[in-house]
Amino acid sequence: MTTPILETRGLTMRFGGVLAVNGVDFRLQEAELRCLIGPNGAGKSTFFKCLTGQLKPTSGEVLFRDQNIAGALSYAIARHGMGIKTQVPSVFDGLSVRENVWLAAARVHPGRMAERKAEEAMQRVGIGHIGHRIVGQLAHGQRQLVELAMVVAPEPDLILLDEPAAGMTDDEVDRLVELIKELNKSHALVVVEHDMQFIRRVAKTVTVFHQGAILVEGDVADILRDARVRDVYLGKQAA
Amino acid sequence: MSRVLPMAGNLAVLLVGLGVLFGLPAYAETYLIINATIFASFAILAVSLALIWGYAGILCFGQAAFFGLGGYTYAVAAINFGDTTGAAVLAVALPAMFAALLGYFMFWGRISDVYLGVITLTVSLILYRFVNQTAGEEWNIGQAPLGGFNGIPSTPILNWPGQPGEQLAPENIFSLAVGLLILVYFGCKALLATKFGRIVVAIRENETRVELLGYDARVYKLTIFVIGGALAGLSGLMFANSVFVSPTMFSLPVSGQIIIWVIIGGLGTLIGPVIGCIMMQVLTNWLGTLNQVPGFGWVDPNLVLGVILVVFVLLVPRGLTALVSDTYGWLAQRLRSRPPTAEPDAAAQPETAP
Repeated sequence: MTTPILETRGLTMRFGGVLAVNGVDFRLQEAELRCLIGPNGAGKSTFFKCLTGQLKPTSGEVLFRDQNIAGALSYAIARHGMGIKTQVPSVFDGLSVRENVWLAAARVHPGRMAERKAEEAMQRVGIGHIGHRIVGQLAHGQRQLVELAMVVAPEPDLILLDEPAAGMTDDEVDRLVELIKELNKSHALVVVEHDMQFIRRVAKTVTVFHQGAILVEGDVADILRDARVRDVYLGKQAA
Repeated sequence: MSRVLPMAGNLAVLLVGLGVLFGLPAYAETYLIINATIFASFAILAVSLALIWGYAGILCFGQAAFFGLGGYTYAVAAINFGDTTGAAVLAVALPAMFAALLGYFMFWGRISDVYLGVITLTVSLILYRFVNQTAGEEWNIGQAPLGGFNGIPSTPILNWPGQPGEQLAPENIFSLAVGLLILVYFGCKALLATKFGRIVVAIRENETRVELLGYDARVYKLTIFVIGGALAGLSGLMFANSVFVSPTMFSLPVSGQIIIWVIIGGLGTLIGPVIGCIMMQVLTNWLGTLNQVPGFGWVDPNLVLGVILVVFVLLVPRGLTALVSDTYGWLAQRLRSRPPTAEPDAAAQPETAP
């Protein structure tokens, strides 16, 4: 079996008496697209934070192409080739859209190349026309797109998207779906999302989180039929 | 317009700077020239904090520490060396090294915001207390007495490089201070326009995102903090050449003053703090003479300055530069006699990328 791009072994994050992430074993192959679902508080965002180094896991391993990066600093993990769009848009509010995306591209590309890559990323995400705008003055959905462009610009091998569709208009969601599919041709992605419509449109394999652990994992159609999943998650939403 | 306006602004600053540099010595008396030298060296201090607080978001409440260290390093080294050139270099290098050490512990220890302010202020006050009690021969460094409360009144004046004994005249010191101020100002502008400078501004905006992009924020913060320390040292050097060094350089009023200049001038700009500094210094001097005038003896400069600060914080929190650009934008809109558009005015934003 080939080396997965990302693997966690017994990944655990404890806050006092709360086990936010509880012994998660997760595998993601190169160029795989995985959707992560689960009710609020299931530990999805905490799981992401353990992967990116924003949190130092209590125990367990995070292997990025067989290299243990658990507990490494965010910037070092990013340099391995991991990019994240966080749940609450994490952007540079006082700077222009163009400058935001340029800063992301300039980490990997020198000079003119960075400018071109930033321009490309803005076009791909569909914010090429608002490059001069100050990010803090944009609507929530547009700020999501700015952050998305920042994740795309340096072309990381592994892309984590935490609720990318939140606050977006239908048109923006359509473009996001296309973008994710296109990115998936050459990148591995993990997408956390609540919107089941959205999941149905992009997902092949789905991992369900519940109470900090993986409840079940499998093909999207099977998962959405799974009684346990309905019980902890979907049922509540339907009710 | 977005490109033309900053260019015009830079040109205006340069012209005013050169005008003062070459114009003032021709007309002014020595007293005014010495005062102007003090203002220019303070203005460098203002720029040093404008850079690290306004652009890097590092609230250093102890710029006075580097300012005082620069002055004392210069005085002690100059007395011992005889020639002042090496002493002048040390006066910048030593505060920079001290900033590197202090910054290393703060940034690698992930200390930020108000804690960083407290630590830097404490460090400057420790130095203040320390230098204050250095009266007596046991505190002599080589031939230089630290002088305790009195400082070093015999602080040597800079000589022409390689010619000890050939002291610079007050006019030369003035030209040097103003020349350095212009250089420092445009140097910082240029620095902020580089990739390094833009990353520093990005750290102010969102440090987490900078790290998630793969930049080690600590390195950038430390570097800009060291540059700020070096500039404060340079300011101390020029101050030592216009007055003399004494423990007050490390004191709380000096630390507070620098913050006030930046707030009044406008956080997030370079020119604002320079204007704020010169304005406040002119005002302080004037108030100082005013209470000598019969009938105005009750005027306490510190009280007046305090009131001004409170008024600014409450009514003009973004400082003079924002006030001017807001007024300009409002007037321009009025003159075009268009109804106000919903589009927010970009000029009202703090200056982020020069």
